[in-house]
Amino acid sequence: MSRATLLTLQILVAVVCIAFWHVFAKYPICGLSWLGFEKDCATLLPPFFFSTPGDVASRVVKWFVEGTIWKHLWITLVEAILAFVIGSLGGVLIGFWFARKPTINAIFDPYVKMINALPRVVLAPIFALWFGLGIASKVALGVTLVFFIVFFNVYQGVKEVSPTVLANARMLGMTERQLMRHVYWPSALSWMFSSLHTSVGFAVVGAVVGEYLGSAAGLGYIIQQAEGVFDVAGVFAGMFVLAVFVIVIDMAVTAIEKRLLVWRPVAATDAR
Amino acid sequence: MAAATSAAAAAGATAVSLADVSVTFRLADGGAYTAVERATLDVADGEFVAIVGPTGCGKSTLLNVAAGLIGPSHGTATCFGKGLTGLNRLSGYLFQAEALFPWKTALENVAIGLEIAGTPKTDARARAEKWLTRVGLSGFGDRYPHMLSGGQRKRVGLTQVLIRDPKILLMDEPFGPLDAQTRQIMGNLLLDLWSADRKAVLFVTHDLEEAIALSDRVVIMSAGPAARIIGNWTVPLSRPRDIGEVKLDPAFHRLHREIWEALKDEVMKGYQQTGGG
Repeated sequence: MSRATLLTLQILVAVVCIAFWHVFAKYPICGLSWLGFEKDCATLLPPFFFSTPGDVASRVVKWFVEGTIWKHLWITLVEAILAFVIGSLGGVLIGFWFARKPTINAIFDPYVKMINALPRVVLAPIFALWFGLGIASKVALGVTLVFFIVFFNVYQGVKEVSPTVLANARMLGMTERQLMRHVYWPSALSWMFSSLHTSVGFAVVGAVVGEYLGSAAGLGYIIQQAEGVFDVAGVFAGMFVLAVFVIVIDMAVTAIEKRLLVWRPVAATDAR
Repeated sequence: MAAATSAAAAAGATAVSLADVSVTFRLADGGAYTAVERATLDVADGEFVAIVGPTGCGKSTLLNVAAGLIGPSHGTATCFGKGLTGLNRLSGYLFQAEALFPWKTALENVAIGLEIAGTPKTDARARAEKWLTRVGLSGFGDRYPHMLSGGQRKRVGLTQVLIRDPKILLMDEPFGPLDAQTRQIMGNLLLDLWSADRKAVLFVTHDLEEAIALSDRVVIMSAGPAARIIGNWTVPLSRPRDIGEVKLDPAFHRLHREIWEALKDEVMKGYQQTGGG
């Protein structure tokens, strides 16, 4: 399939969905009494619950025209980036450390698994209590998500170095430090980058969920505020902005990935 | 069973000497597995020795002992008169499986051996470029291993080892995964490079034809477990050789028949001996 056809079909999906939404929200359909509707004529998607594409679009436009959205986008972006950077750094360092020191790994293994199994939403109130309602608590939530993804991938990357490549490196005369730099490190990084989409996504999730549960700014805050007053158009508009925001970030990640993983065969980069 | 000293061995120093070497692995279930039993083998400086045996007979284990990757459970391994403790620093090892660093380009893969030894980067890269040209890969330096064919990867692997100028070349079925034509080309390339400065070579293969065509001496091992060295033949073919042509030589056929008969017999005997115990 050519690129143009693919793009056309992708756009077509959105157009059809929005058209259905528009029609069912705007125009009442008669003869519904047998379905259990009170009145004989009603809209299938009542605007109170589902809003309309037009309302949502005009809300999004209004946010951007008035400029109120930028502040929220910025806050969410900062939170996500901080969560990603801190979580990744911690994950790389500790993942490396655990992989190279089996004793340490054996001791901490059950605790790592316990903490990772914990649903992070329950941590949000505690973080809000510890770090306040500002940026810090959202970053902390994002870090707990990103850290484990990076940690497990780096750990795996160090462990799964091909024994032949390792033996070859030794036979070529590499010292322990050189093995780290030329063998373990690139291998661990390649695993980390292969999970880049997941970890960046989780950084955003951490930020938005944190905002949703208690904050004064950010995309999660907008959605939560709109929900509080049954402003469905506001909720959908917030979700739309969030979705576009995530797609833009994902495209940036893909671009970075392409540059950093040139050495990888194409099939392997599609693993995740 | 002791290794017969060949003409080349009498002339020069002994590059690798394995004396009465046994290798026993402990298994996870507490048992023990003897891969190689009482193997004695000398490789003279400048001599090309091939070890042939059925797949899984412990040929690679013996090679790993010579490389210092495995310590012998019994017996000694020496390299130019010095006992091996740890890795054999004088040897270069060409592996059967993919051993190139996938995250480095061909050029970086070749240069790394020099760079880690302290050679300045530009100098190491320039020499790597020369080596790549020597094996017909000029212009491929910036490709990553996955962009190269199997034969090209083997050539990069060969230069990666040779650029460090090891005194002994250890090769573990290096051309095993390649197709017949590529094997022949690689064999000739290897002989070409080898004849330039005649290092000692220990070449493991399960292909008897390849062994005779390449080497000065062919050593036969029995089937494992507890594989032993069961034969030793000097190859009477003159050098320089072309692998394609040497296979048409009547002397090649005589030797092939002779070794194959012994190999067949001894392998069957080996099976019966180990099968009973």
